[in-house]
Amino acid sequence: MKVTVKYFGLVAEAAAKSEEVMELDETLTASELKVQCLIGLAIADKDSVQIAVNQNLDETITINDGDEVALLPPFAGG
Amino acid sequence: MSRYDRQIKLTEVGLEGQQKLRNAKVLLVGVGGLGCPAAMYLVGAGVGKIGLMDHDKVDMSNLHRQVLFQESDVGRSKATVALERLEKQNSEVEYEVYEEPLTIENAENIINQYDVVLDGTDNFETKYLINDSCILTDKPWVFASIYKNEGQLSVFNFKNGPTYRCVFPKSTRQNISCEATGVLGVLPGILGTLQAAEVLKIILGAGEVLSGKLKLINMMQASEQTININKRPEEVEKIRKNGIAPVYIDCDLKNKEQWYLDVREVFEQPKPKGKKVLSIPMGDLTLRYQEIPNNQEVFVFCQSGKRSKNAIEILKNEFGFHNLKNVEGGIETIIDG
Repeated sequence: MKVTVKYFGLVAEAAAKSEEVMELDETLTASELKVQCLIGLAIADKDSVQIAVNQNLDETITINDGDEVALLPPFAGG
Repeated sequence: MSRYDRQIKLTEVGLEGQQKLRNAKVLLVGVGGLGCPAAMYLVGAGVGKIGLMDHDKVDMSNLHRQVLFQESDVGRSKATVALERLEKQNSEVEYEVYEEPLTIENAENIINQYDVVLDGTDNFETKYLINDSCILTDKPWVFASIYKNEGQLSVFNFKNGPTYRCVFPKSTRQNISCEATGVLGVLPGILGTLQAAEVLKIILGAGEVLSGKLKLINMMQASEQTININKRPEEVEKIRKNGIAPVYIDCDLKNKEQWYLDVREVFEQPKPKGKKVLSIPMGDLTLRYQEIPNNQEVFVFCQSGKRSKNAIEILKNEFGFHNLKNVEGGIETIIDG
């Protein structure tokens, strides 16, 4: 199945892209997909990054074909 | 009332709404990139009382985005300069100036005196502190944060709605400020103005308040997205039961055998752990210089490398230290991990 992953802030920078289409061959929860997307990225405290599936913030959702997920780190600037 | 005529004409405001604005008290924590434009619009709209809280001084590098300040204000207290400017804009508003940071000690007491809090801060520690204090005092707060060309916006703790901890239960030490990353002045201008709009809607009881939603704005891409957020009741309950949960963001330094001197203020984050890290804020150097070892190399750091350079000059010229080295890029360059 295909999912669109959108990256924000520091995560987009570490991934060097703001969006990609990923091909998944197993069923994953949002939380598992988040871990997979963040592997190898130079980000401290990966636990602070949140994942939204189809514009809903929830780590427990199971990912389906065609879903759009967003990886959201907290921002501090002001 | 002719001053407010153009907004009173709106059905969402009217004379009744104008009276609500007049009776409202709004606390601005941080009068910087977000707080400046927000303050100008809230004062313009005739909010009854505005609290201006900022412990910082105006720097030349603030002027491109912190629109209340002028060249002649450099070096002066942001809260005081803001007061002087805003009083000229609207003398009917009551102002209160706090030239101090929000702390665990003063937060609940100060916030309790206001109806809404507007977050113009630039660090996670204070955002969690505002969040927890607002839970305990039952006040809504309007959050915004920026990273380079992106912004986040939401209203938290509004009518028992989700809080900042419901979105970000875990903090990060990657506390990256606009100073470090760079920012175009218009972005905090946009976010601060949107924050003011949320404050006005909360006071007026009009329209749709951005509660339960996190708005993401990318200024460069001209794109916007809204994420639905749910309450995590256990996160809110924890605060109600145990009080403010301070977020001290600590970190390890790469070289644990090396002596370090941290000349930042005590509230600046992250805080390095270790027996060989001395914390003496700039203002205390002349009182506490004797604590600094003078027989071995000591690396001096601050957030960016600027203050630590000045600190070394003072310690060298006034107290004869010749063993100090500046950490040019600031704390981020010496953190482990």
